[in-house]
Amino acid sequence: MASNVASTGVATAPQDPTLNYLNNGHSLKSWLLTTDHKRISLLYLISVTVFFFLGGFFAMLIRLELLTPQGDLMQADTYNKVFTMHGMIMVFFFLIPVVPAVLGNFLVPLMIGAKDLAFPRINLLSWYLYIVAGTLFLHCMLTGGVDTGWTFYTPYSTVGSNTNVIEAGLAVFIAGFSSIFTGLNFIVTIHRMRAPGMTWDRLPLFLWSMYATSLIMILGTPVVAITIVLVAVERLFHLGIFDPRLGGDPLLFQHLFWFYSHPAVYIMILPSMGVVSELIACFARKRIFGYKFVALSSVAIAVLGFLVWAHHMFVAGISLYAAMIFSFLTFFIGVPSAVKVFNWTATLYKASISYATPMLYAFGFIGLFTIGGLTGLFLATLGIDVHVTDTYFVVAHFHYVMVGGVLMGYLGGMHFWWPKISGRMYPEGWAKLSALLVFVGFNLTFFPQFILGYVGMPRRYWQYPPEFQVLNVLSTAGASVLAVGYLLPMIYFLWSLRYGPIATANPWGAAGLEWQTTSPPPTFNFDETPVVTWEAYNYEDIPAPKELEAPVAQ
Amino acid sequence: MSKYLPLWPDQASTMAGQVDALYIYLLLVAGVMTTVIFLAVTILAIKYRRVPGREAAQIEGSTILEIGWSVIPFFVMLTFFIWGAVLFFKERTPPADATEVYVVAKQWMWKVEHMEGQREINELHVPTGQNVKLIMTSQDVIHSFFIPAFRLKQDVLPGRYTTLWFKATVPGRYHLFCAEYCGTMHSGMGGDIVVMEPQDYAAWMAGGATAPLQDTGKALFASLGCSTCHRSDVQGRGPNLEGIYDKPVLLEDGRTVTADENYVRESILNPTAKIVSGFKPVMPTFQGIVSDEQLNALVAYVKSLSLPPTGTAGLQNSPVSSPAQPQNMQVQ
Repeated sequence: MASNVASTGVATAPQDPTLNYLNNGHSLKSWLLTTDHKRISLLYLISVTVFFFLGGFFAMLIRLELLTPQGDLMQADTYNKVFTMHGMIMVFFFLIPVVPAVLGNFLVPLMIGAKDLAFPRINLLSWYLYIVAGTLFLHCMLTGGVDTGWTFYTPYSTVGSNTNVIEAGLAVFIAGFSSIFTGLNFIVTIHRMRAPGMTWDRLPLFLWSMYATSLIMILGTPVVAITIVLVAVERLFHLGIFDPRLGGDPLLFQHLFWFYSHPAVYIMILPSMGVVSELIACFARKRIFGYKFVALSSVAIAVLGFLVWAHHMFVAGISLYAAMIFSFLTFFIGVPSAVKVFNWTATLYKASISYATPMLYAFGFIGLFTIGGLTGLFLATLGIDVHVTDTYFVVAHFHYVMVGGVLMGYLGGMHFWWPKISGRMYPEGWAKLSALLVFVGFNLTFFPQFILGYVGMPRRYWQYPPEFQVLNVLSTAGASVLAVGYLLPMIYFLWSLRYGPIATANPWGAAGLEWQTTSPPPTFNFDETPVVTWEAYNYEDIPAPKELEAPVAQ
Repeated sequence: MSKYLPLWPDQASTMAGQVDALYIYLLLVAGVMTTVIFLAVTILAIKYRRVPGREAAQIEGSTILEIGWSVIPFFVMLTFFIWGAVLFFKERTPPADATEVYVVAKQWMWKVEHMEGQREINELHVPTGQNVKLIMTSQDVIHSFFIPAFRLKQDVLPGRYTTLWFKATVPGRYHLFCAEYCGTMHSGMGGDIVVMEPQDYAAWMAGGATAPLQDTGKALFASLGCSTCHRSDVQGRGPNLEGIYDKPVLLEDGRTVTADENYVRESILNPTAKIVSGFKPVMPTFQGIVSDEQLNALVAYVKSLSLPPTGTAGLQNSPVSSPAQPQNMQVQ
């Protein structure tokens, strides 16, 4: 592989080989004021993990309340706040930042052969904005919380709710800027800082998906930011924007909100799709089938994602013909999503497939995303949507995409790049067990909810008719398994920091520039700027690791 | 439907079977697709598992395959779209002979008012075999009127009317849910749709007769002074309202709008929004003066002015007028 790396002859300052980004400075200041994208990535890793478990805690409260038909665990108002906290935390403080800010931050410069992102200080600023937003949100939560649902629907959010809507809105507003800055940084970096020879058609597919995601971040996020400002203005000054009693239009809010929040779904899922492409290529030891189509499908999803927002509003009171147009456009976005699934499957043909943990997560992703995507077609179908929208069918659908899809991709990616990030191997047996628990627990949690939705249980219900209980009990049982599946990786990743076997530079025998530097990488990533003379996923040039299972360095 | 593990909702309207048919079609297609992908991944993953000495074959891709698996699914999805859109068109186009019922939503109850003047809270009695059109509005935030057994749902908004229609088929009690989150007791904002045989419905309807809704509207029309300007005998300061409902109206600014329920409502609450050609913006607003229920009565009255001279067309399908009522049949 070393033969792949030619030198530009431009020597950078030699780096001490014993120093890597982790041990290059141990003071708190060296972390909190760092401009190293890898350290910022770890700061994000810690913060999004905290929010993930907080959001998960609220999810468990929801599942416990729904164990019985009566509202008996908590008050109705408390339940409404709990599902709102769950939604807002998971969407704005976990799903949107998780893959871009953790894996993207770590990998974008490494994968293109750069020393850092284009704007390292803005990158640090993104994290601080995230922390300010998160702290504000926690403060809002501890001082009474908010009960509007993560969607802030008007006029409930402007005149109906007497909870802390403005503070929660401000937190989301600030988190939005964190996201805009990250997107901006990635776009500039991918355009301007690719190593010599790293042309667009040699770009790893993860970067294509990060690029498409960044486009949505910078084009969509300002719209939701302004929308939230308008909610605050109506709430504070009673200017009629959304409330008809003040002369406003309640549907205007939904149009503005979904104009961002539908594309935001692709902010969440596209990065995980990129991860899955990397995983499948590596553990099938092949170039991804139809590389160009997979790359362009990411861009197509980003563009089409802006044209389908009103499919959230088929029964909201929009006109018959508007609904038909948005239904029609929604089916278009099924095409690039299906293309990805077909191409991943085709990549397995005549491959040399290892069942290492990251690949198990990739398989899990394909399965859950297929179900999530196909049930999306049910919702795009007008006559069906009228019945199932705002029921548990929708809840099941978007959890299949956002949790089944995004989290499977994220966890697969974390296992795959953990040796690079930490310099240690995780325990393969435990990891396989966690992948299995997540997959089984996930399906047990959310599959019954499809049935629950079709038989008519509306979402956001604190109490429900007794005939829905059995399906709810199954769902709660599944959630318990899922919780164990999510807790395990956190435990063994932490364990591996001290006890895990030391990882080599390239334990998987993977293609990609990030594997050509040490594990963990030095502060400036590469001693010499690499020159790329090969296509992405040149697995024919790289020997597979000796062991079939997770290889361990001596 | 099993009481403890319902896997399929009751079918109690003409639409339910049609929605289920499309749903089954989607389930079949999705089931086949899921099976194909699961099997393909499983078989390929086993067949091409890593064995020493066997290298992966590098395959660039295939444009023909790519186009194939883009275009073919698209055409399959097109069948979803067309079938779904046709169904939606039916769901959203109330038949002309539908009996009208006014619904006002508020946190956290449903208030129902029949044309005959019968009022209900959190219950709606309807006969089988009769098209029923609900004209709905909200007093506060957005709600959603959802009847799973009918496979129908429509958001209910403040400040405007939305409509929903159905024809119930099987007598029984069915859940009514609020499906749009509306605050503390969102999950308690439900009730029952009581579907009855026509003769039972007639008996129920005869049980507590009050003035028909349009009569209430007529009285309001006089007491609020509307009738001093909106006259039918001579030209008043406002347009003559007879025969205008559901007809195009030419506005002062040159636009033409249809005088539907939302137009009549808006003209009462915000009279200057759409001035009829040839008239001056002299009408005061009734925002805050009339309640949503009173508005409904006024709208019902204005609509009744466009009915054939008998003036009972709104009731002609109503079993109330049917002579043979079994008076002894008591409901509930």
